[in-house]
This record gives sequence, C-alpha cells and structure tokens, in this order.
Amino acid sequence: MQVPAPVEYERATSVDHAIGLLERLGGAARIVAGGHSLLPMMKLRLASPEYLIDINDLHGELGYIRVEQAEVRIGAMTRHRELLESGELAEVFPVFRDAERVIADPVVRNRGTLGGSLCQADPSEDLSAVCTTLGASCVIRGGAGERVVTMEEFYRGPYETAVEDAEMLVEIRIPVRPGGSSAYEKVERRAGDWAIVSAGAAVWLDGGLIADARVGLAAVGPNTTGLPAVSDALRGREPSEELYEQAGTLAAENCSPVTDMRGSADYKRHLAKELTGRALRRSVARINERG
Amino acid sequence: MTTTDERPAGFENNDHKPIGHGRMLRKEDPRFIRGRGNYVDDVQLPGMLHCAILRSPVAHARIVSIDTSAAEAHPKVKAVVTGAALTELGLAWMPTLSGDVQAVLATDKVRFQGQEVAFVVAEDRYAARDALELIDVEYDVLDPVVDVRTALDPSAPVIRDDLDGKQNNHIFDWETGDEAATEAVFASADVVVSEDIVYPRVHPAPMETCGCVAEYDRIDSRLTLWSTSQAPHAHRTLYAIVAGLPEHKIRVISPDIGGGFGGKVPIYPGYVCAIVGSIVTGKPVKWMEDRSENLTSTGFARDYIMRGEIAATRDGRILAVRTNVLADHGAFNGVAAPVKYPAGFFGVFTGSYDLQAAYCKMTAVYTNKAPGGVAYACSFRITEAVYLIERIVDCLAYELEMDPVELRIKNFIQPDQFPYRTKTGWVYDSGDYEPTMRKALELAGYEELRREQVERRARGELMGIGVSFFTEAVGAGPRKDMDILGLGMADGCELRVHPTGKAVVRLSVQSQGQGHETTFAQIVAEEIGIPPADIDVVHGDTDQTPFGLGTYGSRSTPVSGAAAALVARKVRDKARIIASGMLEVSVADLEWVKGAFHVKGDPEKSVTIQDIAMRAHGAGDLPEGIEGGLEAQICYNPENLTYPHGAYICVVDIDPGTAQVKVRRFVAVDDCGTRINPMIIEGQVHRGLTDGVGMALMEMIAFDEDGNCLGGSLMDYLIPTALEVPDWETGFTVTPSPHHPIGAKGVGESATVGSPPAIVNAVVDALKPFGIRHADMPLTPSRVWDAMRGVPRPPV
Repeated sequence: MQVPAPVEYERATSVDHAIGLLERLGGAARIVAGGHSLLPMMKLRLASPEYLIDINDLHGELGYIRVEQAEVRIGAMTRHRELLESGELAEVFPVFRDAERVIADPVVRNRGTLGGSLCQADPSEDLSAVCTTLGASCVIRGGAGERVVTMEEFYRGPYETAVEDAEMLVEIRIPVRPGGSSAYEKVERRAGDWAIVSAGAAVWLDGGLIADARVGLAAVGPNTTGLPAVSDALRGREPSEELYEQAGTLAAENCSPVTDMRGSADYKRHLAKELTGRALRRSVARINERG
Repeated sequence: MTTTDERPAGFENNDHKPIGHGRMLRKEDPRFIRGRGNYVDDVQLPGMLHCAILRSPVAHARIVSIDTSAAEAHPKVKAVVTGAALTELGLAWMPTLSGDVQAVLATDKVRFQGQEVAFVVAEDRYAARDALELIDVEYDVLDPVVDVRTALDPSAPVIRDDLDGKQNNHIFDWETGDEAATEAVFASADVVVSEDIVYPRVHPAPMETCGCVAEYDRIDSRLTLWSTSQAPHAHRTLYAIVAGLPEHKIRVISPDIGGGFGGKVPIYPGYVCAIVGSIVTGKPVKWMEDRSENLTSTGFARDYIMRGEIAATRDGRILAVRTNVLADHGAFNGVAAPVKYPAGFFGVFTGSYDLQAAYCKMTAVYTNKAPGGVAYACSFRITEAVYLIERIVDCLAYELEMDPVELRIKNFIQPDQFPYRTKTGWVYDSGDYEPTMRKALELAGYEELRREQVERRARGELMGIGVSFFTEAVGAGPRKDMDILGLGMADGCELRVHPTGKAVVRLSVQSQGQGHETTFAQIVAEEIGIPPADIDVVHGDTDQTPFGLGTYGSRSTPVSGAAAALVARKVRDKARIIASGMLEVSVADLEWVKGAFHVKGDPEKSVTIQDIAMRAHGAGDLPEGIEGGLEAQICYNPENLTYPHGAYICVVDIDPGTAQVKVRRFVAVDDCGTRINPMIIEGQVHRGLTDGVGMALMEMIAFDEDGNCLGGSLMDYLIPTALEVPDWETGFTVTPSPHHPIGAKGVGESATVGSPPAIVNAVVDALKPFGIRHADMPLTPSRVWDAMRGVPRPPV
C-alpha cells in the first residue's frame, strides 16, 4: 500500500465555503474533486499538500450540463460518466462522448470531474483537448467574484493553470454555432492509458464550405494545443481528402512532441497528422449524416 | 470463450461434481468471491508494528554516510536499522538461490535503483513511511552499467567489488550442445538464417505484492512467518541456514497468495528486514511492499539478448540451431533455478523439431538493475527458448518462402521417436505433435484465413497470421539432476482418511491461485473414490504439511500431483486388505470399482471406502499385520520432467495509419496429457495467453541511461486488460506422460511460454508487405510504426 504524507482534510459545504478555506489556508491547500489524479500523486508523494478541501459535496451546485441556444454550460463538478451519458451534450458536441469513451475506465469515470481534469493540466489530458477544440472558456471564481478566461489563457504550462491559490474553476462555457459537428480520435498503448496522441476536431459548414474549423491536440506539447494555422487553412474551403491531408500536415508541423515511453517524437508527429485528418473527416461526415 | 468437444454453453456445465477428474467449480472460489480470502496483509496480530524500507534513489553509488537520528526521534518509530547494524548481526548479506550473495541492506554501495538501504519499524504504516523521509543518506554517485551490451567492456565500472578480486561484471559462461558438430552442419547447409532477437525485461506484477508478518517469540525462540511464498518449506530451510535459527523453531505460513508467477520464489531482503525487526523490537512486524517497490525491486523476468541461427536444406528440412545469448542478471545473480542449470531450462531451445545438431553459448553479466531473471511463468527460461526457436523458424519460413505451418510440420519429432533425446540432452517423454497442430489449423480455419489475408493485402490492409508450436519441460525434477541450494526437488504428500470417510490431504506445494484445493482433491478422489467435497486440502504451512519444494515451473501437478495419486493408491492398498477381512475373501478376489471393493463375480458383496475407513478406526480385529487407521505418506521423486506441448495461432489486424495492433483471434490447442479439471486448465491457459498479449504488445521494464527504472508504476508498466484480448478459442489433445502415475503434465505456464511468439509472428506476418522479417517486443504502436518504415529498433 502506498501511503500519503499526513494531511488535514475538510469537506466544503458551498463554493463560497471552499473559497473561504482556500483564502485562509493559502498555497498549502489543494482542492480534491474526483481525486483520481491528486490522490495517486499524494500516494507516490509527488504531491504533499498540507490541507485537502473536498468539494464532492458541491456536486449539487456544480454538477450540471445546461445546453442553451447560444452556449453550453457545464459545471466543474460534472463527472466523466455524466458527460458520457448526456444525450443532449452528444447531440451538440459529439466530441465529448467520443472522448469520454476512451478516458480511463469506468471506475475513474464514475468519480473524476471535468473541472478536475482541466485543473490537472496534464498535457495528455483528453477533456482539455476537447475544450480547446471547442473554443471553451473557463469561469474562475475567487473571493472578489468571477472572471472568465479562454483555454489559451487558462493553461500556463504543464500542470499549471490560471487558477490562483484562492480561486476555483466553477464552470466551462462553450459557444454553440449552427451547422457544426465534432469528433475525437485517440491512440493509446492500452485501454485506459493516457493518449500517445489524441486529436479533437470541430467543423462548421455553410453551403458545403467550411465556415470554421478547430483542431485541438493532446500529448504533443506542454499543454493541449489549439491550432489556429489549421483553422486558417480550412476556412472557406470545400471538405476533401486533400484538405484533410493538408490540415494534418499543418497539425504535425505545428506541434512539439517529445520522445518518451509512449512513443517517439516522429511517431507522435505522424499521429498528429493522421488523427487530425480522421477527426476532421468524421466531423464532416456527421454533419452530412444529419443532412 | 469457445472450447471444442467438451463444453456446451452454460456455466453449470463446469460443475459435474465428479468423483475424480472432470469439470467442477473450484472449492476455494466461494471464499474468494465473497471477499473472505485470507492474505498476508489480512493478518493482524496484537501489538503488531509496521516496517517500511528506504530504497536507493540511484542505480550505482557509494554510501558515504547515513544519518538516522531524525527518524529515530519520530514519536511512533520503534527501530531504525541500517546495513551497518545488520553487519553486526551477520545478516547484512544473504545467499541467493544461484550461489551468489545479495545485500539485505546496502553496506558499501547501492547497486540498483530501489535497492534496500535501511528500514524503519513504527507503530503504523504511515509513520513508518514518513520516517523514511527523515533518514539522510549521502551518496557518492558512480557511473552505472545500464546497457548490458557494454557490461563487459574493460572500461565498464565494476559493480560487484564486494566479491574478492572481482575485476569485471562477468557472472558465468554456459554452453550446451555440440559446438563442432553444429558448425559442421552449418558449414554445409543450403540455407542459413540468423537474426538478433531480444526478449525484453518484464515483470510478473502479481495483483498481491510481496510481504510478510514476522513474529519472533523471545521466550520460546520461535519464529512464525506469514509470507507471500510459493515455496514455504524451502524458505524455512533457507531461513534456518541464513539466520542461524534452528529449523524446528521456524514456522512459515503462506496463506492465500494473490498471484506469484515465480516472483514469490526468492527470499527478498524485505522478509529478512521484517524478521530482524521482530527480533529487535520483540513485537510482530508486518512488511508489505507497495506497487512501485514490487515493480522495481523484486524478481524481473527474461532480459536475454539472443542471436539465433538456423540451418536448413533448400526444401525446408531444419538441420541445426545455434544461439549466442547475452543475459542481463542485474546487480546480484538471484536466478531461481536448479543449481546445475544456471540458464534454467533454456537448453530446450531446439523446440519440437528433429535436428541433427544444436549449440548454445551464453554469457551472463551484472548490470545496475534489480536482480532476478526467472519469473513470470517462464518454466525456468523456456519462455526465452521457445520464443527464440519459434521466431527463428518463422524467419526461415520467410527466407524459404514457405508456409510456416508446413515448415513446422515437416520438421516435427515423430510420435515413434519418443522418448526423444534432443541434441542438448533433454529426453522428451511423449508427444504427438501433428494432430495438435492440425486441430489448431482446423479450429482457426487456417486456409480460409490465408485466403482472406490475400484479399485484404490487395486492399492495402494489414492482416497477420502467426503460428507457434511449443514443447515445454516442466515438473522439476529428478533429484539426481535437480536441486535448489542442495535441496532435492521431490515433494511429500500425506493422506489421512477419517473414520467417517472424509479425508485430509497435505501438500508441500503452494497455490497462488491455481486451484490446488480443487485439483488435488480431484486427484485423490479419482484414486480412492471419496468425493472431492469430502477431501480437505491443506497446504502452505510448514507445521502442517510434509517437506517439498513448492509451486513454480508448472511443477505442482507433475510432482506433487503424482505424489497425491500415489499416496492415495497406498491408502487404497491398505483399504483392500481391510476390505478382504470385512468381506472374508482373499485380497486377490476383490475388485475395485471407484469408491468400493466388491467380490469378483458378486457385485452385491461390497464395502465402500467409507465403510472401510470406519472399520480401520473402529472396533473389531483387522487382518493380521494391519495397523489401525487409514493413512499414508510418501515423498515422490520424479523420474523425468513432463513435456506438454501446444499449437497456437494468432490473427492480428494492424491499422496502417496508426500502427496499432489488434489481436482479432487466438486459437490455443494444448496437450498437457491427462486433464484433471478442464475448467481450471482453461483458466490457466486464458491467463497465460493474456500474459502473452502483454509481453508481445506492451510490457517492458525499461531504464534510462542513468539506470532509473521507467516502469515503476502500473501507469508506466502496462499490463493488458480485457479490452486488449480476444475471445480465447481453446482446444486440446491428450498425450499422457508415460512416467507420471496418472499421465498428467504441467500446464500452468504453457500459454505464457507459447503465446508471445504466436503474436509476434502474426505482427511480423502482417508487416510482410514492408519486407519485415523480425521486430522485437514490445510491439507498441510506436515501435510497429518504426518497423513499417523499415527501421525496427531493438527495445532499450
């Protein structure tokens, strides 16, 4: 049994309570949500917070998926399983269900949360890639109120986010635009493993041409990577195999993988290309199936 | 799951409640399924303390100083022990199973990352672990030897300077076969194919890590050790030798064991630390490894770098096989194998083929890595041997442009050649290979698969079909040849029938999940006709069972299973004499029909084994010269190993875009001689096949250039899940062992031995359009992609 260092523990009863605790305890405190990243790190003693603030009782307040006309709002405590099972969410953003199907295993999905996944800021994290793909924004609350940041602003490096010591991520907002669909592709060494590389794509068509498109990659850079160059190359073009090839090539050129146990940098670059193409192809096919 | 011939659908068909051999549910499963198993970590004793071990963060360093004062000041800490303290007790070093020594706690240097440096005994697990961080060790870091290929370079640092006069990292050279005869055959052969083949370092990664609870009674000078041991008797004797404790004052108990796979054969420093901890504190002390400790410090498996060479005629007659092996044994030679077999049973690398000559030369070296080498269901290195021959035969098929099945069948040892003496001196007891191969082909629909492959290749798809055919050598072993540290590899067995006809059988072997409580009850039931439910199987406690060497190398059924059958026959012989008295006829006039003796020609006149048991213990005279009671004991010394075989066929699909391998189908036809409980056999085969998928596709204990272990958690060291394995298709043939009392051969490791080459052969076959003849395990997507681009890399 791997055992963590001594830690004080308190269950927050509200978001305000949690923020109050964070203000009082400072950087020595960590919020624990699903706990599937933080607790293993504590057991390996890679993380040794002095205080744990458990926000699982806030699921009632922060566990929701609200699909509205112009945007989807998802509470930070929404669990993977809820994202996986939401038909409403899959209708607007099928990329969520694609990704959730390949995230970890049912035990983790029953417990892990959207907010926890994003705040962990692992470069290989799937939901970060999904949110990057969809151009989501993050609602961060502190004692002084809320602020909203883009995904690009949210990530400051591997395992680092814009959430300050006395703040917490409370909600993700994703703009909804007509005529779009999305998809997620992941290659892993084994079911439940982190991605060797994964790619999300979202495409919006207008009159048979690509009105907008976004691609987000995981595990090929310090954070999940949005690729404006790919979007620029796709806008206004008619979907085709040549275009996917071109987009994939751009994706491969615009990422920075490193060689590790999961694979060589060359292979990851190849996957960035291959998976970008596949995700775009599937997104477009989904729009066309819908008619 | 699909099994031919035997099992209709429905789980109830596993429970025929046979009085003897046959399908029945496992007697031990109700307690496991209900969470009532009793594992070492479940043992709780009054006043029990907890031990945690400080391990080296670096691969190679001289210890400059150790300061334990802060740890000793921790309010919950009862003892802190270093190598220096153990030196005073004469326990700093212990013998390994291979005639080397291993540090219990490092005294001079650390020699691998994860090596034991000090231990703490504290009131609870948390305090013990916290106190480790209060120990201050100063290391003078040395250059490590990580790449085994450079270990013998003159410039390489000498790892084992503790050994007198040691000037290099060489452990041993070993050879088998006839070098000159082999060279002569190679020199005149039409075709010679050679290939560099690596079997990477892997780890058995059992669900339960290693651990123990040591309780030393100072008044009675008695040590009781609850331990994750596959060989409790052997361990007891070794503790007596190592620690100088009298053997009759040591009791080793192996309760339920959560998987061993050979990893629980050696004595690890942690066990000794817990024992010392108990002696020092006067309290029971528990030590349980965590997962990282298990993966980084306990016995690894494989790590052979092999050059395989095969010589053949143009028309596909295999003439000779030759190999040169570089073996990485880590920092201490801790191989657990019979003394005369430093390379285990690797000598069976000649496989299932009738050769003219064979030769192997091996060099074993030290590196700055964890010790071990024989584990993970390897049958003493037969995994490596079978992988070598089955891979190199496929390379030959590639060069000859011959179907790999046809090539194998053409070269099989023929049924009339058994017992067959191989060119490396092994005597295969029995075998009939072609029917087993044919059965696998039929189950797989081989011809149809090849047709499908042609069509798919034309469409640019990557489909591969891989075949392996293995002969195992299990059931060590005849005591004239085989011993471990001087202990002969024979096994005792005791059987006692109670007055009411219930029985208890006591074994020297130790189940780690194999189902001994069922299988051995069935073996006894078959011989004396008492239902398995009425036979209690006792194992895993040296105070309760006869001496024997334990369970590994698939030896339980070949050795202890034979002992159980013979002890039951001995009881039956006595029962016959008692029955003759009861029925007032001569012994010669009695006929045994399972469970009862009756008078020949008069089946009405009969007595059951239960009647006889009561008479044996009851009132009234017994036949002259017969003592009361109905019990017997024996010690079985096997005449030879048993040689199970099997034919495996694997079908894979590779995504051409991502290089991901999907195992689509796997057909396994095993011949393990007489089948005692087919359900248990299938379970063992399923497990071994899953191991094979792991080794072939994902498992590897890798190190960086500084000697840091990169496989220290199950996030980094991958083992397969249900999603990576296909619906196993199993079948069987039966070629009994001629020398085993019931004709049974071992099966526990067959699938682990036989499946990796089938999977690798399938992947390489799928990559044939790229001109690939060989690619090394683990065939992760990245490495398959390398192969597809023509740059296959050996694993590092």
